[in-house]
Amino acid sequence: MNVKRMKDVLTAGLLKENPIIRLLLGMCPSLAVTTMAENGLGMGLAATVVLIGSNIAISSVRNIVPDKVRIPVFITIIAGFVTVVQLLMAAYLPDLNNRLGIFIPLIVVNCIILARAEMFACKNNPLLAALDAIGMGAGFTGALFIIGSVREILGAGTWMGMTLTKDLFDPASIMILPPGGFLVMGVLIAVVNKVSILRTGKKAVPDAAGCGSSCGDGEGCAGCAIVNKEGGAV
Amino acid sequence: MKELLTILVGALFIENFVLSKFLGICPFLGVSKKRETALGMSGAVVFVMVLASAATWMVNTWLLIPLHLEYLQTIAFILLIAALVQFVETALKKLAPPLYKSLGIFLPLITTNCAVLGSSLIHVQRGYTFVQAVFYGFSAGLGFTMALILFSGIREKLETCDIPESFKGMPISLIAAALVSVAFFGFAGLVLPS
Repeated sequence: MNVKRMKDVLTAGLLKENPIIRLLLGMCPSLAVTTMAENGLGMGLAATVVLIGSNIAISSVRNIVPDKVRIPVFITIIAGFVTVVQLLMAAYLPDLNNRLGIFIPLIVVNCIILARAEMFACKNNPLLAALDAIGMGAGFTGALFIIGSVREILGAGTWMGMTLTKDLFDPASIMILPPGGFLVMGVLIAVVNKVSILRTGKKAVPDAAGCGSSCGDGEGCAGCAIVNKEGGAV
Repeated sequence: MKELLTILVGALFIENFVLSKFLGICPFLGVSKKRETALGMSGAVVFVMVLASAATWMVNTWLLIPLHLEYLQTIAFILLIAALVQFVETALKKLAPPLYKSLGIFLPLITTNCAVLGSSLIHVQRGYTFVQAVFYGFSAGLGFTMALILFSGIREKLETCDIPESFKGMPISLIAAALVSVAFFGFAGLVLPS
């Protein structure tokens, strides 16, 4: 256990293995709640709290959970942390909680969390798992914040409560409607690809979404957690 | 009867799970490359969604509400769905091997499909009766199927197109999905009798 390894683990999630723009995990919330920069930030932080809790807990019990029942055990642990976050948000941030709606309970089935449990937390000690969760959570939050900012500025002309585009242009409200989510996401991934092609000559993003892609080709696996082995393993 | 029709049209067109509610995006993007896999996945989703809606409705109405344990909904539902999927997989393997062959590989994936948990959470939120809840699960599954099949047709065409290198794969698929989603906006004007 050295400092360099810890630093690598912490920073991997920010860009190199960013869950959204590199691994394409957790697409549902990243498209659904990013109509405002603030919502993106809130969703990202809520998922980060769950991720930190579940990574530490799963890493702590990794040696006593039999391999066969590990997925149900992981899901139960994750659901417990999601319930905690859900109740805290309902109590202290009712506005944000209402805007995010069912996507807060749906953090349970967010691929990022189960994927980190399966690929990282069940193989490493709690300290590394916590660092991994912080890095991945920050990467997720950052990506959601960027997507949310682009959509809010283009679609509503506001950003974090400020009006930005009063006299510049009329906001195109399609950007904050569902089609805008797909569009911004597609263009963002294309930009990441372009930068990567210019720098290394290779595309950065796999051709299929992280969840379900290789399974669809008939390999069979136990949930999206395992899918990204080649693409995103640490 | 009218209520059921409202639920069906609503879930298919106006608030389609994939294209306007953003539930089930992972399988939508993941398995829509070929039409056969899209069909297999959709079949499994409809099947599990109907069963899950029925099971979560019963647990919620007869167990969680009388005991004032509504805050355990998330945990109870996800465990129920996971157990259900496991059960369906085992049962299909023994009782209907041909069906298992075509749906089997998709079943484990469904536990983490947010459309299934989403439909259960929504029918609770809206206070549907048992019949309405089961029918909502079925309609939402059909909506998912429709989006997936439409989209797989588009993606098969995209394979043969000359696309700039950086847009190949996921980006162009997402942009195509945006266009399909715009098309579905045409249905937003439908006003349903309530």
